[in-house]
This record gives sequence, C-alpha cells and structure tokens, in this order.
Amino acid sequence: MTTAPAPAATREALGPALIRLQRAGADIVVVDADLGKSTSARAFKDAFPERFFTFGVAEQNMVSAAAGLATLGSTVFATTFAVFAEHAFDQLRMSVAQPRMNVKVVASHGGVSTGEDGASAQSIEDFALFSSLVNFSVVVPADVVEAEAVIDAAVAHSGPWYIRTGRPKLPVIYTEGPRFRLGKADMLRDGRDLTIVACGLLVERSLRAAEALAKDGIQARVLNMATIRPLDVEALEAAARETGAIVVAEEHLVHSGLGAMCAQALATRHPVPMEFVGVQDRYGESGTWDEVLDIMGLNAAGVTEAARRVLARKR
Amino acid sequence: MVSTVSTDLEALTRRLRRHIVTMVYDAKSGHIGGSMSSIDIMAVLYTRFLQHRPKDPAWTGRDRFIMSKGHCTPAQYAILAECGYFPVEELSTFRRKGGRLQGHSVLGKPGGVENSAGALGMGLSFGLGIRLGMRLRGMTNKVVVLMGDGEQDEGQVWEAAMAAAHHEVDGLIGIIDRNGIQNDDFTVNTMRTEPLDEKYRAFGWEVRAGIDGHNHAAIEEALRWAYSVQGKPALVIFNTVKGKGVSFMENNPNFHGAPPSDEQYALAMKELADPEGAR
Repeated sequence: MTTAPAPAATREALGPALIRLQRAGADIVVVDADLGKSTSARAFKDAFPERFFTFGVAEQNMVSAAAGLATLGSTVFATTFAVFAEHAFDQLRMSVAQPRMNVKVVASHGGVSTGEDGASAQSIEDFALFSSLVNFSVVVPADVVEAEAVIDAAVAHSGPWYIRTGRPKLPVIYTEGPRFRLGKADMLRDGRDLTIVACGLLVERSLRAAEALAKDGIQARVLNMATIRPLDVEALEAAARETGAIVVAEEHLVHSGLGAMCAQALATRHPVPMEFVGVQDRYGESGTWDEVLDIMGLNAAGVTEAARRVLARKR
Repeated sequence: MVSTVSTDLEALTRRLRRHIVTMVYDAKSGHIGGSMSSIDIMAVLYTRFLQHRPKDPAWTGRDRFIMSKGHCTPAQYAILAECGYFPVEELSTFRRKGGRLQGHSVLGKPGGVENSAGALGMGLSFGLGIRLGMRLRGMTNKVVVLMGDGEQDEGQVWEAAMAAAHHEVDGLIGIIDRNGIQNDDFTVNTMRTEPLDEKYRAFGWEVRAGIDGHNHAAIEEALRWAYSVQGKPALVIFNTVKGKGVSFMENNPNFHGAPPSDEQYALAMKELADPEGAR
C-alpha cells in the first residue's frame, strides 16, 4: 500500500514548474513585486537570474512592464498576492487584456484562507475582476498536482491568464496525476441526485460533502470547475439535465463569482434549482485559515447543507 | 540612413499639422492641442532617429516608439501615414465606425502603433518592459516613450522611473511634452509637478530640460544626446506650446479635447497653409 502524498499548498507548484519548463526550452520571464518567497517564484530567480525582474512593491508598473516584455515573445509570469494583483486592474485591462498579451498572472494567497492576515489580505473579488477582463482565462487549481499542470498549460497556451493559488497546505486529490484541461470541468464523482460544482480548496471539501450525502443515500456528482473562464457550459448543462439541481461552492463572493457565472449560463440553457456556497456580502477577519473558512461556512458541512436545501427545492 | 520621408521638416510639420486639425474637425472630436505640441518632436524622431520600416512594421530590428499620452493619436496617425505605414487618405477614417484609427492608441491598429494607451501613466512601464526584453536578447534598439506633462501626476510614472534606474536600463528614452496645460486647466493650477528635471535626476536618470520642442535643430541635438546615453535611462523635457501653429489654439486650454468650429477650421487651415513658393 502506498502512503498518501503529503498535503501541499497550490502556491508551491509555481517555482519548480517554471524552472522545469525553462530547462525544457520554454522562453519564460518572471516579474515579481517583492513576494517571490511566498509565491515560490523566487526559486526561478536562483536558477535563471537574468530572467527574473523585481519591480519592488509596485504592482502597476510590474504589470505594464510585463506586457512590454511579452511583446518580445516571452511568456511572462507576473506574480504577487491575489489582493495586490487587484491593485493593478487598469493596467491589466489596458496593457494586458486589450492587446491580448501573453502574460500569466499567478496570484497566491487567494481567498479567505490567508487566515490570520485578516480582511485586507483576503481576496474575495478576484474571480469577478479577472473574469470581467475580455481575453483572460481564469483558472483555480484544486491541489498542488493540478496547480503544476495549470502552469504547464499556461505556457502551452498563448494569451493572458489569471491563476489563483492558495496559502494553506491541502490534501492531494489527484494522487494518480493531473487531469487539467483548460475550459473543461473534471468529474471527480458521478451521481444522479444533484451536482456540486466547485473550484480551489472547495473541491476536496465538496468531495467530503458528497461522501456524507452518500451515507444518506444521496448521490452527488462533483465537478472540479478549475477553469472559471472560459466556463465549461456543456458540462454544466449536462449536469443540470441529468441531476436536476446544482450547488456551486467557491472561496469568493457569491454574487459575483463562479456561482453567478454558472447561474447565468444555465439561465438560458437549462435552469434548475441552485444553491451557492461562498462568501456572503461581507469581508473577512483574522483566524487560522480553517477557522475563517468555518466562519464563512466554506466547509463540507456548508456544502452538505446547501445540497439538502437544493434537493428540497427540487422536489 | 533612417529617414523615410521628406527631410524638409518645415513643410512636413505644416502638413502634419493640417492633418491633425482636419482629422479632429472631420471627426468632430479628438485632441488637437497636445498633438500640435508633440508633432515637431515626433517629426524629428521619425525622420532622423527611429530605426523603422513602414512597410514592415513588425521588423524585429526596429526601435519602438511608445505613445504614452494615447489621446494624441492625431499626431501619431499623421506621422505614421506620412512615413508610409498606411495611405494618407485613411486619416479621414479617424474615430469612424469600422475604421482602424480609434480615438486612443490601440496596439497594432494600424501597424506602427506599438502600445495601447488612453489611460495615462502606463507607457513608461510598458517601454521599460520592452527594453528589458531587448536587453535579455542582446538587442541594442532604443525604446522612446512620449509622455505628457499632466501625465506626470500619475504615480505609476514614478514607479517606472525608479525601476528603470534600478535596473540600469539604457536605451530607454523618455520624452516629456511640457506644454503646461492638461484637461481642465493649466498644469500649475491642477497639480504642481516641477521641478521635473530634478525629480528625474534624483530618481537616477540622465536629464536634459528646457529644450525648445518646436525648434527642429534643438530637438535633433537633444535626441542625439538621448540616443548616446549609456548605463542609465535618459529623459528630455521639451518646452512646448499646446496648440502650436494655430494662433487662437496656442496655449488655450479650450483646445485640449474639443474640435474647431467651421470658422475656426477655415482660419486654422489658412494659418497652416504653405507660404508662397514653398510646398
């Protein structure tokens, strides 16, 4: 019997993946705003110092410069924390999104699971902001294995991406290897009674919720919707038609994130009862990362309750 | 030999000014004032300094001109057309439905427009990134970034100024079109930015200031100096006159972003006409 892989944070995938890809012949440049140790990007500096540029604590300059660098043909990774990526929204819009620059924003410490740092450090609006940028792909890996595959895919695809990684060490879901494909939901568990659509750390929590529901005879399908943009509307529509009820679970404001985008997609295709697990209309607070998630109801129990609510409406 | 157009700069800049006024008059919108204050600098740059191939805008050996004050597209499109990037006739499509010549700069539309602009303050950063990428590849091409003086209000400009000096980026040339007027008012009433030269020097740049931005010989000398600076980014601050070339537009804040009336247009074209015997 093999031992389960050690829990790891999705942010840990970045540096090693970039080094591996550059050694394999990619043309990668990394720009950083003084958080390279935390994002893991700084490992790339040690391996390829001439390809790593620090811009100090100045995200707006970093983002526009990343766009300029990309005009020479490099794949430019711009790395910081999710809340600080938000600081450069106008630059992301005009310097990166409109000219469709090959800039990959990899933002760690996404969501409320930054924990102790409190509300200012907790990005609960980044899916909304980056999904509002035309030409951007928006991706949220569920574990470290998927995160590494997402970095690979980002190099393989041209164009702007936003990749949200996280701070806490999470259980590994993809113990047998990644299955990430841009724009494709990954069905981790099938079921006929409802579908749970989740991204990021809510995927593993949704799998636990599905197990709890199964003990009561409720069979939940679980989709890992790692790609928020472009959304896999075919998988969503199939889930709505085949299971008749949907719960969306995310570490983001409910009114402007994955859930809202799923609801909009289904409204014109196949509306079914839906429930939403996410951050309600509020900011966060300090606490350990799992305490803050519990305060927000972003746990297996929260998903399970939402499933029961949606099933009540389905009947 | 980089010149691709007539080296009669007096005739060329009169023609460019007529294009600018006509484009904005036809479109009934657009930014004449800052285009007129920049156009002599751009004319000298494009005809005497910039390495470029109008028929091959993506030529990898080109210098890059970054228009950071992206509202001054009338000047940008006029010089690109006169250089041969696209037919002069296309200038009449400025700001029109279905055309390539949008109100503010859009990268690649047409070829020769190297950046998207309109929101101020980003061009120096974008140019810095290009120059860093060139240096990584061993390229010695220049990146020339034209900024407004009102634009110096933007914090991002100073982030870029600091980073360019930190990374010891030479071949990055900043130009400030110091016409003294921004959207609502004179710059001195809106936000006092002087002493700009001392500020950039303190940030680690080589600076020349007080250059007459309408004297072609002075512009040429200043740009020759800027092209020669090694080891540091270089900045030239040109003193200019907003609306330069049309008497009633000169130094008039009302001609930042408003079109001329029929009478004003006729009068402007008369003032910008070639003198007898000249062309």
